[in-house]
Amino acid sequence: MQVAITVNGQTYERDVEPRLLLVHFLREVLDLTGTKVGCDTSQCGSCTVHLDGVALKSCTMLAVQADGREVTTIEGLAQNGELHPMQESFWEHHGLQCGFCTPGMIMASTAFLQQNAEPTEAEIRHNLEGNICRCTGYQNIVRAVQAAANGGDG
Amino acid sequence: MTASPSTRIFGSGIRRREDPRLITGNARYTDDIKLPGTLHMVIVRSPVAHARIRSIDTSAAEAAPGVVAVYTGEDCSCGSVPCAWLIPDSNLLTPEHPALAKDRVRYVGDGVAIVLAEDRAQAQDAADRIHVDYEELPAVINPEEAAAAGAPQLHDDVPNNIAFTWIPNGDKDAVDAAFDAADVVVSERIVQQRLQPTAMEPRSALAQWNGATEELTLWYTTQNPHIHRLLISGMTGVAEHKVRVIAPEVGGGFGSKIPVYADEALTAWAAMQTGRPVKWTETRSENYVTTIHGRDHIEYVELAVNNDGKVAGIRGKVYAGLGAYLSTAGPGIPTILHGLMYSGAYTFPQIYCESIGVFTNTTPVDAYRGAGRPEATFLIERLMDKAAQAIQMDPVELRRINLIPPFIDGHDVAIGLTYDSGNYEAALDQALGMVNYDTFRSQQAKARDEGRYFGIGVTTYSEICGLGPSQVAGAVGFQGGLWESAIIRVSPSGKVQALIGTSPHGQGEETTFAQLIANELGFPVEDIEIVSGDTNRTPMGFGTYGSRTTPVTGAALVKAARKLREKGRLMAAHLLEASAEDIEYDDGKFFVRGAPDNAKTIQDVTLMTTLAWDLPEGMDPGFEESQFYDPPNFVYPFGTHIAIVEVDVESGEVKLLRYVAVDDCGPQINPTIVAGQIHGGIVQGIGQALCEGTIYDDEGQLLTGSMLDYAMPRADMFPWLELGHTETPSPHHPVGVKGVGETGTIASTPTVYNAVIDALAPLGVEQIDMPLSASRVWRAIQASNGG
Amino acid sequence: MWPKSFDYIRVNSVEEAITQLNKHEDAKLLAGGHSLLPAMKLRLAEPALLVDIAPLGLTQVSDRGHGWSIGAMATHAHIAANANGALAQAAAGIGDQQVRNFGTIGGNIAHADPASDPPAVLVALGAKIYIRGSGGERNVAAEDFFIDLFTTDLLSDEIITSIYIPRKEGHTNAYAKMAHPASRYALVGVAVDICTQEGHCREVRIGVTGATTHAVRASGAEAVLQGAEINDGNIAQACEAIQADIADQLLGDAAYPEDYRQAMAGVFLGRAIRAATA
Repeated sequence: MQVAITVNGQTYERDVEPRLLLVHFLREVLDLTGTKVGCDTSQCGSCTVHLDGVALKSCTMLAVQADGREVTTIEGLAQNGELHPMQESFWEHHGLQCGFCTPGMIMASTAFLQQNAEPTEAEIRHNLEGNICRCTGYQNIVRAVQAAANGGDG
Repeated sequence: MTASPSTRIFGSGIRRREDPRLITGNARYTDDIKLPGTLHMVIVRSPVAHARIRSIDTSAAEAAPGVVAVYTGEDCSCGSVPCAWLIPDSNLLTPEHPALAKDRVRYVGDGVAIVLAEDRAQAQDAADRIHVDYEELPAVINPEEAAAAGAPQLHDDVPNNIAFTWIPNGDKDAVDAAFDAADVVVSERIVQQRLQPTAMEPRSALAQWNGATEELTLWYTTQNPHIHRLLISGMTGVAEHKVRVIAPEVGGGFGSKIPVYADEALTAWAAMQTGRPVKWTETRSENYVTTIHGRDHIEYVELAVNNDGKVAGIRGKVYAGLGAYLSTAGPGIPTILHGLMYSGAYTFPQIYCESIGVFTNTTPVDAYRGAGRPEATFLIERLMDKAAQAIQMDPVELRRINLIPPFIDGHDVAIGLTYDSGNYEAALDQALGMVNYDTFRSQQAKARDEGRYFGIGVTTYSEICGLGPSQVAGAVGFQGGLWESAIIRVSPSGKVQALIGTSPHGQGEETTFAQLIANELGFPVEDIEIVSGDTNRTPMGFGTYGSRTTPVTGAALVKAARKLREKGRLMAAHLLEASAEDIEYDDGKFFVRGAPDNAKTIQDVTLMTTLAWDLPEGMDPGFEESQFYDPPNFVYPFGTHIAIVEVDVESGEVKLLRYVAVDDCGPQINPTIVAGQIHGGIVQGIGQALCEGTIYDDEGQLLTGSMLDYAMPRADMFPWLELGHTETPSPHHPVGVKGVGETGTIASTPTVYNAVIDALAPLGVEQIDMPLSASRVWRAIQASNGG
Repeated sequence: MWPKSFDYIRVNSVEEAITQLNKHEDAKLLAGGHSLLPAMKLRLAEPALLVDIAPLGLTQVSDRGHGWSIGAMATHAHIAANANGALAQAAAGIGDQQVRNFGTIGGNIAHADPASDPPAVLVALGAKIYIRGSGGERNVAAEDFFIDLFTTDLLSDEIITSIYIPRKEGHTNAYAKMAHPASRYALVGVAVDICTQEGHCREVRIGVTGATTHAVRASGAEAVLQGAEINDGNIAQACEAIQADIADQLLGDAAYPEDYRQAMAGVFLGRAIRAATA
């Protein structure tokens, strides 16, 4: 089936099988491998991207469902060579170790701050419930999101 | 980042140098790598825990679209999966572990066939069309039951499923006499539940075979590429120097990426069969049945204590589940890495431990963060709390009485080890101060009057890590050394590449090792690159695990750097026309004593030694040094952790209110990275205490087979972790550092567990099997006098 | 992660969707996909045709004065942000941020997972499910809609179009849930809709999920409260009664057995009553 999906500002027209998941479209068809697959039950959040501006687990949508829509992946977050403030904040506050959950964490957190610009620590922790990290114990991720919400000076 | 003066780079929490690629999606993990013409492999796995294979019909799969080849155990000439920790004095039996099952499957997940197809979905479609006729056999899951007479037998050559019975050197009679003479003996049956490591990156392998050059290249999710090169060479028959193992970005391991698995070897074997690259990536559900599990002990443990609080001895008998086959390091975990930890942070005079390794119809068990040592720390700390209750002494006081007094260069413990350095009471006092222990006890009593149940748990621990002296490795049957090597190579323009044999995968050594080199040689951190994870580029090493990379590889790097510094000093003397004795070094500069302006920089001497136009007599050209380093002893980090919890006695829900950790890993190269390691370890250990635990049904079906059922810790379970630290250098490490990768996991499980039991003490609850899920806590309350 | 092959069609009207369902025995409607796709990825569901109903709209969350109309395709996030009381509370606790953004209430209730949150709330609020199919339009009370494990009153050629929740003057409601630590589905979830006057219960409806094979009303517990003063003693009695109400339909597993969920239905009923009457 023919689809036209805009990813990070560029529209890609491709012929895909209906069963192709959006995450595999990104990783296998477009070679945008920053988006990760860490589970098969829609739990871990490693595959989080933005679809029309809101956070989506891209393993839980078919590529054909994204036809005509706009996707932003971790590769598209930095603009004009400038890291997104959330990326800076994860770096500054050691919000990552092995880095595998990180693209999903950053995408989920940026979407969250768009809805809640001044979250409490408890709200940040609650809103990370769809993203699992095994390395960091979450503390520096929470710190990074707090700092990003405060304009970088956590 | 602005360049810090190198004199202050050691101890600075600079941002990680590995992060830019990771936060932008540019890092390449194994599954991100693509080669043209790649075949995708799907492994057909046994859906039953124990069965004879009557027949396998692959014809429909072979005819399916996109399929290139299908192989079963009958067709497969890939070598068997080896065990590499042959513990001595234990009558260890090592039954064969075929890469694909031939006539019998022994756990759910055992591989029975592989399908190779043009794409992953086609391979899956074809795999679904393979029909295996199984004759089911009875299965056994619990290691204690498996060792009993009459249990289903897994391996014909292993009577009663007992792979080994191990007893460390110890005088059983003396231990028993100490127990007989003691005022009180407390005992407990502890179930160290099985855990699923769950590195966020599932395992993956990509194999490429070049038939003309007979070279095999393997991209693997591995913690130890050099070990995998050796073992894969054995399994495939390709000469070791023709095998190249590359660990690209690796998304966490926690021990689960140490073992050599059939699956990765099969990609290599299949690539050699088909002449095409072969890729395999496990799904999470597949990961949960095939990637090793951790823990799985049933322990009977006892502590003898006198009424004055002095512990007279500790002894234990452990039934350790090994799974269906021996994993690479499987036998070493519940024995060497467990039994040798029974002294903990204490002066226990008598120690005895017996460990029985048992096969069960389950996923193989191997090293999982802490590996044997968390289990030991748990039982020690659990028994200490029980002993305190039995002699009606405050549990902190009991610990204080038994702590090893401060020592800076060696302390012998009864188990036969010599600890390097420690000041345990200082860490304890700092942690107690942070929680205001004395006031907590009165608040706790008041809250109980109001029907609220607060509890506190205090753990004082010491850990064996920085594995380890190779002589010891040999003595305990580890089929490898435990030394490390490093090369520091400086290019003419003063840029540094440091090549190391270990293979970090999230621990941040690209940063900390650059800091170490900068500290020794004065090159800016930005000019130093750490190269790891490629057997063709890096010198030999045994891998990243056991909190050993910084203690062992770090020492190799420091010693290599110091060789360069000495060479630089000689070269500077030559260039400055001064006597070498008069040359001093500071912060990247060599200068004549008393005349700091009369100097050559490290970059100057790099260039001139590399050009070699005019070298001092006897000096070889180039600015490069290598160093092999075999540590003279383990390192022994230590500390005190304290948890405060509240238990809702109506529902059994446990809420963690505070968590305080004071750890001592010697001088911290990068405190930010150290804190990150501690945070992660604490949360992982609390996962075991509160929510994680593998569940099999009686038939051996894994009921926690996906993230829908296996409860990983989430951000909203935790309060802000409060860290303190003390600093006691290791006397034998060139910069005094100890490992810190496992301390959190070792300490936090008993800390939280004891806090929950403390909260429920007024109700008479003494024991609950982990994890302390709301359901189990509630049930214990119901069964107590509070129910 | 690689579902079995299927055909895919996007429809622009409810009629078209019904026609497709009629034509293909193995067809499934695809709304947000957040219940169906996870099952298909594990090959636990293998429909031959997916009928994507995204173009239909049906996303309203509207206060019509006499009650709320919730479109079948309204996402949990949309409901959490725009509805109120127990319905919004339940929607806000489903899955996680990402799931709530795309999972729909129609898809959720059609799937009828026994541990899903909205069914208990719809039962307690006396919601009506509006359905269209070859036989025309009909509506069914929520308490009659959920029949068994993953089983509803919906016929194979029918589509849920909306959910209607009547406004009841003087009523307040709340949803209290214990989440499974891994899946975050409800181990037990209790919704209470109650009308009190001078501290006494005038009218009450209670819905339970998670502990039972499907969302059910707890009529015994309702009877205890009906007309009674809202105090600790009567709440305790209701908490006992709800355990009897669900005794024949209990659900459990190795980690959270039936008796625990049964007891928790009582505990969480207490919490829901206190939250609703606070």
